[in-house]
Amino acid sequence: MRIADKFNELNRRDEGAMIAYVCAGDGDTPGIVHTLVNAGADIVELGLPFSDPVAEGPTIQASIQRALDNGMNTDRYFAMVKDLDVNIPLLVMTYYNLIFKRGLKKFTADCRDSGITGIIVPDLSMEESGELEECCIDNEIDLIYLVTPVTKGERLDSIVSRSSGFIYLVSRLGVTGARDDVAVSTKELINRVKTDIPKAVGFGISSREQAVEIRKGGADGIIVGSALVDIIGSGHDVTNRLDALVRQIKSGLK
Amino acid sequence: MKNQFKGKFGQFGGQFIPEVLMPAHKELEAAYEQWKNDPRFIKELDYYRRDFAGRPSPLYYARRLSKKYGHKVYLKREDLIHGGAHKLNNTLGQALLAKYMGKRRLIAETGAGQHGVATAIVGANMGMTTQIYMGVKDMERQRMNVYRMELLGAKVIPVTSGSQTLKDAINEAMRDWVTNVEDTHYLIGSVVGAHPFPSIVRDFQSVIGIETEAQIIEQEGRLPDSIIACTGGGSNAIGIFYPFIDNTEIDLFAVEAGGMGMQSTKTAALHSASLCVGEDGILHGARTKILQDPYGQILESCSVSAGLDYSGVGPQLAYLAQIKRIKPRTASDKETLAAFHELSEIEGIIPALESAHALAYLAKAADKGELGEIVVINLSGRGDKDLESVLKLEGNK
Ligand SMILES: Cc1ncc(COP(=O)(O)O)c(C=O)c1O
Repeated sequence: MRIADKFNELNRRDEGAMIAYVCAGDGDTPGIVHTLVNAGADIVELGLPFSDPVAEGPTIQASIQRALDNGMNTDRYFAMVKDLDVNIPLLVMTYYNLIFKRGLKKFTADCRDSGITGIIVPDLSMEESGELEECCIDNEIDLIYLVTPVTKGERLDSIVSRSSGFIYLVSRLGVTGARDDVAVSTKELINRVKTDIPKAVGFGISSREQAVEIRKGGADGIIVGSALVDIIGSGHDVTNRLDALVRQIKSGLK
Repeated sequence: MKNQFKGKFGQFGGQFIPEVLMPAHKELEAAYEQWKNDPRFIKELDYYRRDFAGRPSPLYYARRLSKKYGHKVYLKREDLIHGGAHKLNNTLGQALLAKYMGKRRLIAETGAGQHGVATAIVGANMGMTTQIYMGVKDMERQRMNVYRMELLGAKVIPVTSGSQTLKDAINEAMRDWVTNVEDTHYLIGSVVGAHPFPSIVRDFQSVIGIETEAQIIEQEGRLPDSIIACTGGGSNAIGIFYPFIDNTEIDLFAVEAGGMGMQSTKTAALHSASLCVGEDGILHGARTKILQDPYGQILESCSVSAGLDYSGVGPQLAYLAQIKRIKPRTASDKETLAAFHELSEIEGIIPALESAHALAYLAKAADKGELGEIVVINLSGRGDKDLESVLKLEGNK
């Protein structure tokens, strides 16, 4: 499913998107994805683990390490995604070297063939993304760009104009990791980004209260990662707790 | 053969970094362009280089070494620079730039601890808060440098992620920088990272080559036939090579850590020879040669010397190797230790284990005829920091 179709559907219901991140290969990923979708996740971002994830905080770093220790790699990743039976947009989040090593054409073709419709690459700047962007267009995949509290002026405009699917608003300076408040910079950023493409806010979101506040602030969706990964990492009552957290956060977006 | 266009060296280099760091890289680039030719900046840097660092460093004709190997061997004595290595050339330049930019806090990664010490020195001297990221594995093998950094008022933060060495310290420093980018300068320690770092660090280190050129002309009346430097990230190598790059009569040897052998396991190389056997990839913001598995996961590297223990290398060196302007080579741990002892015994100079790789290559190549008559070796640092680990390796014999 394409990202735009999902946001259109949500718009008609006046709902914000709950976008869930988990790292493939950490725990029973197909089971986890089904749990997330059944609980109301609208889009799932499946991390393809990389050995040197500079944008991640300790929680997701640990998850990535577990996934790598379990033998997750790019071949297994696409095979697993292909077998997933879910009717929502699936996105891959990974670091550029894994895409580069596979070859941009092959990677994006593999995305298309396995049912991935969006790519997020936290270490790929606008300056270096031209080639991947072309490959994405050829394969009808959205390349999702990140903007941050320090992205301003012309730079912000160019990134926004090149984004497709949605724009990923990084809520605060720093790495991924669960927080319990909403930074002032988040609301400013939502206001600063002027576009018709949906805006989704990520980094540090873990609760219904934050979801409500961000939705009120004008965002079209939120991205929740570390809070879910924490549950997976604990190994304790994972399915029920994931289900409860997704339902709770999603209820704040309706 | 130098910069082709901004930030790229052939296909290498570039800016593969999180968006949150882009404005800081642009700001740094603009500030460097603004200040690098400014008389006030140059004057202040000269003052620091001369009176604080002890530059110029001597170019020493090593008589007994020369006799033994049948070449005229000169050692560029970066081991005599304050702090004990070439690293201060870079930290002085960058810290001064950071100060001109109004930054109040310095962060850095360190492997051997030499760059950490050099950063702590400038942090103390220029009154800036300094935090150094260091892998716990490196903290164990370089305990004295940890204490030195602490004495100098820096805070050393142990890095426990990944392989717990230099690459993970860089990851952690980058994570700090994305969080504190507004008041902090990331003082990267080698010619690695995203543009403009590889060019800035190269420029500050090229003082080594510029001095060498004048000194060898004075002593020999001509330029050398070859120059040898050890290569981790590559800053001492490009620093001494840079003024000679367009003169293709001079052979430039970049000696990487051959470690325990040129093989790899599933997740780790037994060496750190990214120029010699690495593949194209993206690490720490730049496209360069890296040690990686077939999927692009970064392999851990290995070397007896913490300062060369890195899975990547500076993008300009990757380019110069590709166009065959520099000659990448290796020296194993064993060859390096032999050279470490040799220089100590016959010249009375205890070299850093990193620099001992360059010396080891002299021993390896002396009979092959590829070095010519006059050889300059960049003695990038002194070996005091390594005594404990050498003692341990050699079983206190
Ligand atoms: C004495 C010495 N030489 C060489 C190096 C390697 O760095 P580079 O390759 O950037 O010169 C180090 C790094 O710590 C060092 O301490």
